[in-house]
Amino acid sequence: MDLQRTLQSVKNHADWISLRHVTEKTTLRSYRDEKPDRNQISYDDGVMVEVLVNGHFGYAGTSDISDAGIRKAADRAVLMARSAVDKKAFNFTLEQRPQSQGRYKSPVIKPLDSFSAKEISDIFVDANKAMKVSDKIVSRQATAMIVETHFYSISSSGSEMEQNFSIVSTDFSATAAEGSEFQTRTENGGLARCFQVGAEIFDRVSILERSRRVAEEAVELLTSENCPNETMDLLLAPDQMTLQVHESIGHPLEYDRILGDERNYAGWSFVKPQDFGTLQYGSKLMNVTFDPTVQDAMASYAFDDSGNKATKEFLIREGKLERGLGGLESQARLKLPGVANTRSSSWNRAPIDRMANINLEPGTSRLEDMIASVERGVFMMANKSWSIDDYRNKFQFGCEYAKLIENGQLTKTLKNPNYRGITVPFWNSLKAVSQARETYGSPFCGKGEPNQVIRVGHTTPYCLFANIEVFGA
Amino acid sequence: MNFTEKTKDGFNKVADHILDQLQNNEAANINLHAEDSTFIRFNNNKVRQNTQVEQRGLSLLLQKNSRSINLSFSITGNIEDDKKRADQFLKMARTECDLLPEDPFQVPLQNNGQSDHSFQGKLLDPANVVEAITTPAAGSDLAGLYCAGPLISANKNSMGQSHWFANENFFMDYSLYMGEKAVKAVYAGTEWNQKDFAANLTHTQRQLALMNRPKVELKPGAYRTYLAPGAVAELTSMLAWGALSYNAYKQGACGLAKLADKEKTLSPLFSVRENYGLGLTHRFNSLGELAPETLDLISKGELKSFLVSTRSAKEYTTTGNAAEGWEGPRAMEVLPGTLKESEILKQLDTGLYLSNLHYLNWSDRLNARITGMTRYACFWVEKGEIVGPIKDLRFDENLYDCLGQNLLGVTDFQETDPQVGTYESRSFGGKKVPGMLVKDFKFTL
Repeated sequence: MDLQRTLQSVKNHADWISLRHVTEKTTLRSYRDEKPDRNQISYDDGVMVEVLVNGHFGYAGTSDISDAGIRKAADRAVLMARSAVDKKAFNFTLEQRPQSQGRYKSPVIKPLDSFSAKEISDIFVDANKAMKVSDKIVSRQATAMIVETHFYSISSSGSEMEQNFSIVSTDFSATAAEGSEFQTRTENGGLARCFQVGAEIFDRVSILERSRRVAEEAVELLTSENCPNETMDLLLAPDQMTLQVHESIGHPLEYDRILGDERNYAGWSFVKPQDFGTLQYGSKLMNVTFDPTVQDAMASYAFDDSGNKATKEFLIREGKLERGLGGLESQARLKLPGVANTRSSSWNRAPIDRMANINLEPGTSRLEDMIASVERGVFMMANKSWSIDDYRNKFQFGCEYAKLIENGQLTKTLKNPNYRGITVPFWNSLKAVSQARETYGSPFCGKGEPNQVIRVGHTTPYCLFANIEVFGA
Repeated sequence: MNFTEKTKDGFNKVADHILDQLQNNEAANINLHAEDSTFIRFNNNKVRQNTQVEQRGLSLLLQKNSRSINLSFSITGNIEDDKKRADQFLKMARTECDLLPEDPFQVPLQNNGQSDHSFQGKLLDPANVVEAITTPAAGSDLAGLYCAGPLISANKNSMGQSHWFANENFFMDYSLYMGEKAVKAVYAGTEWNQKDFAANLTHTQRQLALMNRPKVELKPGAYRTYLAPGAVAELTSMLAWGALSYNAYKQGACGLAKLADKEKTLSPLFSVRENYGLGLTHRFNSLGELAPETLDLISKGELKSFLVSTRSAKEYTTTGNAAEGWEGPRAMEVLPGTLKESEILKQLDTGLYLSNLHYLNWSDRLNARITGMTRYACFWVEKGEIVGPIKDLRFDENLYDCLGQNLLGVTDFQETDPQVGTYESRSFGGKKVPGMLVKDFKFTL
């Protein structure tokens, strides 16, 4: 395939045209109870043609990556654009498609293709064995999703961008049972351990130790008390803060939600355009950034799909809302500054506003001091259940594991911990933020019509909130 | 040849090319998923984005010396190019199998027969869709997605099995807005009829007019509630999250385990079955196994059958029922009852009328407790009369309550909820559900 030659043959079909070639290899390895459960490898390969005709972008994606196939897709993209010119939502220009050249590559010490199916199998079977800490363990699972993605994009205005991503998501989980009680513990909540990294992540010693701990905590939960039902202080670990930030900061700040594009599917936002610069989103301890420059986080990149260079930006500073999550198209529509987050899940979808890495900046507290400051509260870890309304307002989240805090000390282990609240009052109840931070993410953020799953990363500290409604099963 | 004919010709030749090369110690199962789709996204009755996607993908399950690997890959539609790709992936699959441990639950491939169904629709020309939708919706704040085109699923295996299912269909999944108040609708089928779409739109506009009253803000609590079919469709979607999976039951992740163990009961008014007679999807699964035309899952409140894949059946030494590996319903039908549409508001008397629910999740899986939000046209009703739309409420409710002793009635009509999922590619399927009247539905926030 010679994409440059194909571009030359179609570049006069529209006012502007780009070709985005995406190849992605996804390997899923899963071992349950020491036996292979899933071994799947998928190769996705296609080209998205994007055209600008009379101020409207049209798209056509094809898995026929021959010269003829791409030229056919170009004709269809032009047809799409022309058919909507009189009913377009906005009159776009090339300002929304800056000329960009550059390359990006995930930081990798040991290439993923240097690690064989047999090596993964051996480690994962041993991880399953390490989880057999008790006869009460009834199910053990080790899972890895390994993704290698290559984006190559060129345009009639001279852009040329190449980005290579090496991504690994892992999970080691165990279920313990006694009578009709079942408790499952995963590592940090499902596949939340996901990074841009190489095969160096498969460190045998660390994996076996972490697997054993997960299983021990599953057994511990069987005999633990239920989380109490009361209003009290809530300390959240970074692996739950990830979800809290994602749902109650990331999504409501996406400009396409505020503009109403997403209303029919995931919903819109309680945030209004006039809130930027005025809304006290949270307490003064709250500082939130969009940062695609983090070294190994899930959604780091150099350019978004529009060619906009990715830079770190403050969204919320000392609790006040400053900036939202909109790419160049949404910025033009809303007349507000945004970020480089025009992203598509693959070659077969048009890019939309996506949150990428949304991080909570560190505070000044030490975790032990935060615990010591609590007279009565709950410390929750690892997300298990999530639900929030279409305005990203009223939420209810559940965790896998918790500890009661009494008189400044961690005391009993609690099972089935949940909490609920409303976004702005909740963030305004933030009363301590730790210095220490951890990075997690999700490979599965769903959004858009047609639907798209995309990767997001979140680096967050431990956070302490006052007077939150918590409850158990 | 059109897209469907070209894809069929290519699939048969490329799949046979793979199967012809298998050695004595090998068996293979091949699936095709293909579509040629038009996607048009609307906001404010204008076009936000429009995209055409032509894609074909093959998946190859190779079994060799009791090992299994599943490889999937995009194909181009050009037969000779795709044969070369297939050669490359077959070679890779063999190498993988040599590296993997034995799979004790490998399902031996069988010949589950042949089927061949192609349904031609009457779809709008992609160039005319924008006009066909925006003109009758003029003056409305419409947001949503139009999606249409041929959609194909096919299967072959090395035992001689062969299945083909191709359909040309469309859906217009949309909402109409009045400020922040909204009503949702879907117009779907295989033959676009402009008058029918206009009528669908008019009906939705009339519903929206009901929203033009002051919002009612209710305190958390337990309310007598009518769940319209759209709300029931969302609620029963949770049954696909492991609640009817035998594998989940055996591994401690089943939402209805206590029903299976007879520790809890559901109402005799509640019955669920798989019903492929609804015509929403094909009966063959990815192994080419044919599911029974109908399968009772919950009958009059009692669990009759889990969904059991052949792999689970082998692992747990039981009988399978041709479920997919994820063991969720693919053609769910919740059976109707006797509550007439004209009686709904009267029977509800004073309480909540919920047209839809949103963002559901287990809040306590082992006790079948679910949380989620009200969404779209949801009303407060007093003495059988609609007072006004409500401010959104969060519920946290136990299925053993709302589908158990608190289930007061099930409507005598059902509505089809077509599958409108488009993650990676368009999905087949859907469900058919009635409305339900329950008492003491619990709202928390």
